[in-house]
Amino acid sequence: MFQVRLHGRGGQGVVTAAELLSIAGFTQGKHAQAFPSFGSERTGAPVVSFCRLDEKEIRLREPILEPDCVIVQDPTLFHAIDVFQGLKPGGYVLINSGKSIQELGVADQLKNVPEDHIRGVNATELAIRHVGRPVPNAALLGGFAAISGQITLEAVEKAIATKFGGRIAAGNIEAARAAHAAALSKETVDAETA
Amino acid sequence: MLKQLEGSHAVAEAIALCRPEVICAYPISPQTHIVEHCGELVREGRVGNCEFINVESEFAALSVAIGASAAGARSYTATASQGLLFMAEAVYNAAGLGLPIVMTVANRAIGAPINIWNDHTDSMSMRDAGWIQLFAETNQEALDLHIQAFKIAERLSCPVMVCMDGFILTHAYERVDMPDQETVNKFLPPFAPRQVLDPANPYSIGAMVGPEAFMEVRYLAHDKQIQALEVIPEVAAEFKELFGRDSGGLLHGYQVEDAETVVVTLGSVAGTVKDTVDQLRENGTKIGVVTIGSFRPFPLQALRDQLSKAKRIVVLEKSFAVGFGGVVANNIMMAMQGSGIHVHTVVAGLGGRPITMPSLTKLFETAHADKLEDLHFLDLRHDVVDAELARQHAQIGAGPIAENILKSLYRDETNAANAS
Repeated sequence: MFQVRLHGRGGQGVVTAAELLSIAGFTQGKHAQAFPSFGSERTGAPVVSFCRLDEKEIRLREPILEPDCVIVQDPTLFHAIDVFQGLKPGGYVLINSGKSIQELGVADQLKNVPEDHIRGVNATELAIRHVGRPVPNAALLGGFAAISGQITLEAVEKAIATKFGGRIAAGNIEAARAAHAAALSKETVDAETA
Repeated sequence: MLKQLEGSHAVAEAIALCRPEVICAYPISPQTHIVEHCGELVREGRVGNCEFINVESEFAALSVAIGASAAGARSYTATASQGLLFMAEAVYNAAGLGLPIVMTVANRAIGAPINIWNDHTDSMSMRDAGWIQLFAETNQEALDLHIQAFKIAERLSCPVMVCMDGFILTHAYERVDMPDQETVNKFLPPFAPRQVLDPANPYSIGAMVGPEAFMEVRYLAHDKQIQALEVIPEVAAEFKELFGRDSGGLLHGYQVEDAETVVVTLGSVAGTVKDTVDQLRENGTKIGVVTIGSFRPFPLQALRDQLSKAKRIVVLEKSFAVGFGGVVANNIMMAMQGSGIHVHTVVAGLGGRPITMPSLTKLFETAHADKLEDLHFLDLRHDVVDAELARQHAQIGAGPIAENILKSLYRDETNAANAS
């Protein structure tokens, strides 16, 4: 089982991201379970969502305490909560930022994570460019596909097309493709080089 | 057809397949997505001849369902928590009148303190109202139970409450196999009411009954529940025949055959319990679990059959009879009276407190070693409780309990953050 925990703030589509990820997993024939942290949703408040992916039926219903991957949609959360709590050694980290983990001040917390498992992608910039709104969620899933290998970019695109329609879907698919390409390159990159 | 859906949407689509003629509901978390999607499906014309009625309260929601059902319409509503309490009088009336309404309860705690998260207090508060109460373990089962619920309700002329864990199921996206209309039509014939308000053949439903007949009418409500003990497995078998899935029924046993410790639970936590059981069995611990599907009627004999070989029983429940102990456990004790098998009560997950595998592992190991107390509160913070009790002893005007505890938790968090 591969477990993903997503951190962001209300309004950034954190819950939708987990749902999209589960649809992407489903598209590939996997069992997938996505669920929110069940808080009272308020714009700007820290929000957590979860997604489990497995080849067999998922029965477990506890919150994800030891994720294989943490996706951080909002790096300002580093000052508020320990988003990497329980992250498995050798796990994956995807951060919505063009800055390095040294610049973000979280290098110490990530010393058990291999360097090539950590990526920063400026997904907000990509979303503004392709969707016209600062919603980094769908773009980051392109990045997730690239670093984790758990799902394909094609599955992410299908999931976006299932959940959204028209221009919103097309823009998010473009953003996800750009984030995928950015995350595939070895360097930590921002939107300008993507 | 396999789909990746939110639990609420899966249930709404299943409701649409059941061809209700009246849907009336008032939104309340975590039920909201179910009725919103029902509303969308009706508007899109995907529910056939169905009217979606907006009402001003939960009391009105069930009252409209009662009227509609009495007039011969297949009727559906949904609620949760305080909403169920607000319709309480109508809940008893629907059952007392024998109207086959189906209602989803998206299980949520009851305040005060106000809390929107999951536990089973709401459904349990209505356990003696005369409704059949079915509990879903997964979204697939929730979907399937709704289709079975109309059949059970209409066969017995008795309302059915389908209970599914709020947020944990209602807001979870997972794989479901959505049946097609044709097969559901084959399974669920059109509603043929046992009693109907018809101007062409007038009679009343709901006469006042005095001491001369009240007990007999109430006894017959009990008899209907006893009949349901036969009907529920029958309908589950018919469902399996057509849809090929084991869904519903009175209960499900897992690894019970040689188990010395048997956990009894209900709802979505059964999945986490099964994973914990598998892990403990790898270390040779003989443990199993029984998941109650039908809480009303309560399957006394079926439980005895499952539990008679156990050395001890651990009832894990998301409900709590304040001043007494367990709600489900009390029912299990009734089933096991005279057997000499010890029944432990474990109250867990109140107000959405996560029930985790590490906590369950420790709990079951303690129980298996016969070191578990009779009444245990899983992951209760005794330090927090003791601190509040100390405050109350120290001063008369100690202030409101909930606020005191939140303040002290916030202080602890801040101190821990400053220390690190």
